[in-house]
Amino acid sequence: MSDPYGDRGNKDLSVGNAKGMGSVIPKAGGTSFAAPGGPFLIGDSMTAGYGNGPDILHDCTIAVEEGEIAVIVGPNGAGKSTAMKAVFGMLDMRKGHVRLDGEDITDLSPQARVAKGMGFVPQTSNIFTSMTVEENLEMGAFIRTDDFSDTMAQVYDLFPILKEKRLQAAGELSGGQRQQVAVGRALMTQPKVLMLDEPTAGVSPIVMDELFDRIIEVARTGIPILMVEQNARQALEIADKGYVLVQGANAYAGTGKELLADPEVRKSFLGG
Amino acid sequence: MDLLNALIAFLNYVFIPGVAYGSQLALGALGVTLVYGILRFSNFAHGDTMAMGAMATVLMTWLFQSWGISLGPLPTALLALPFGILFAIGLVLFTDRAVYKFYRVKKAKPVILVIVSLGITFIYNGVTRFIIGTNDQNFFDGERFIISAREFKKATGLAEGLSFKTTQGITIVTAIIVVALLFWFLNRTRAGKSMRAYSDNEDLALLSGINPERVVMITWIIVATLATIAGVLYGLDKSFKPFVYFQLLLPIFASAIVGGLGNPLGAIAGGFVIAFSEVTITYAWKKVLVYMMPESLEPSGLVQLLSTDYKFAVSFVILLIVLLFKPTGLFKGQSV
Repeated sequence: MSDPYGDRGNKDLSVGNAKGMGSVIPKAGGTSFAAPGGPFLIGDSMTAGYGNGPDILHDCTIAVEEGEIAVIVGPNGAGKSTAMKAVFGMLDMRKGHVRLDGEDITDLSPQARVAKGMGFVPQTSNIFTSMTVEENLEMGAFIRTDDFSDTMAQVYDLFPILKEKRLQAAGELSGGQRQQVAVGRALMTQPKVLMLDEPTAGVSPIVMDELFDRIIEVARTGIPILMVEQNARQALEIADKGYVLVQGANAYAGTGKELLADPEVRKSFLGG
Repeated sequence: MDLLNALIAFLNYVFIPGVAYGSQLALGALGVTLVYGILRFSNFAHGDTMAMGAMATVLMTWLFQSWGISLGPLPTALLALPFGILFAIGLVLFTDRAVYKFYRVKKAKPVILVIVSLGITFIYNGVTRFIIGTNDQNFFDGERFIISAREFKKATGLAEGLSFKTTQGITIVTAIIVVALLFWFLNRTRAGKSMRAYSDNEDLALLSGINPERVVMITWIIVATLATIAGVLYGLDKSFKPFVYFQLLLPIFASAIVGGLGNPLGAIAGGFVIAFSEVTITYAWKKVLVYMMPESLEPSGLVQLLSTDYKFAVSFVILLIVLLFKPTGLFKGQSV
């Protein structure tokens, strides 16, 4: 049998509750060491893949400087989200390094990276749907032992709609509001860097513009942002730095304006 | 006067036993629903966890009785209960470390864990019988009744007596306290909220810095406590017999599923739905009806829909009906 711990298609909910079960996150070594110099956060020449599968990323480099917004764009299946997950330690790194704020964190588990100051907003299942907005934020601050009420107030200032709906179950909110909860939850740890995986996936264009505005506001508070986006044009417009990935490798890199002006990038990825 | 007699008969034979049995089922179903919500499988070993916890309590009670310690009008078992709970906590934590953890780390599918829990059931079951034997064990002492039928008749002059057993009173009071504490814990404390978060979305809980092993440990501690309390209350109210707890598994699961698996509020509601269905369907209504009907219409039979031998069939049928027409249960399931 290929998968002795699988269930061969069993869908009986009275037997077990597979919803929200989570995935196997690779075991990490757990130590970090000083590695000064370089950008604030960098995934340096990463080669990575899932489990025993083939390499998905090939020598891919992504970095974000302090106070900047870096955006990863590219066609479907280019490995944008995978690159993000690799930086966050959610898949097996085969080659390359991840450094944050002068520290090599390649061996750390995702949880340990959160403690080091990385905030990550996954693309899907990024909120606790059955819990209230306020409880979501509280859970975001779970690792903090100090008083986090001022951080919560900041998040509510940033996303006023959340304050209004703070006692409502997060699962009952609209798509755009859910994304705000998700970003707010990640901000509760007061991260040194915020990573967003397609924050505008599945929301209407109007909501998308609003979300981008909010993201710029977050960046203005001084938190560097690394973001994967499918709406390449809008994303590059707000980006200080852009990366175009193709088949798991860097194809183009530059400032947002440079990429928008680059005729090759325009022709291949921005629709002329 | 006849109506009053009918009401007393109803209270005495249907309502009070139903509430007590419902409380016991609700406590059992809460444990099942917590394991389902957080460890994500249907724990078949729950009935025998109850048996193990109750067995430890019975043994402690006998020890206390032999030392001459008692609680006066209350059963000594209440004094032994904390020791039974400690034993059950140790037992489930050991089982988790030795067995379940292996599968949890591999993210084995729930159906695997269900079968694993079935294996645990047989082990617990065997150990219980090995230690305490297969027979009925009586460990009740203290005052038998809060209100006895004879005194009630004398005091009120009614033909029907109302009896309210001490064990029924203890069951209801304990259930209320335990449920209130559990809901306070789940909704108000940091640890409780982390349990709900883990149940909702494991990956995100992990990313928020919630330690899964800690959540699992707290869950087992609560489950063992609930199981022992439910087991001891049932044993006090009826009598302690190892096999009965294995049989209780069906009504307990029916309660949890009827209410909506994974939803604690549902487990309580489900417990009472199942208990009252069992009691009302297997009760011989003649006694009540005789008072309420004119003599010419009085039923000649017992007016018992099903013999008490079929009481497990009742929970099974309700389970089937719910699974056919409202598979998520009365309350929305999977939202511990």
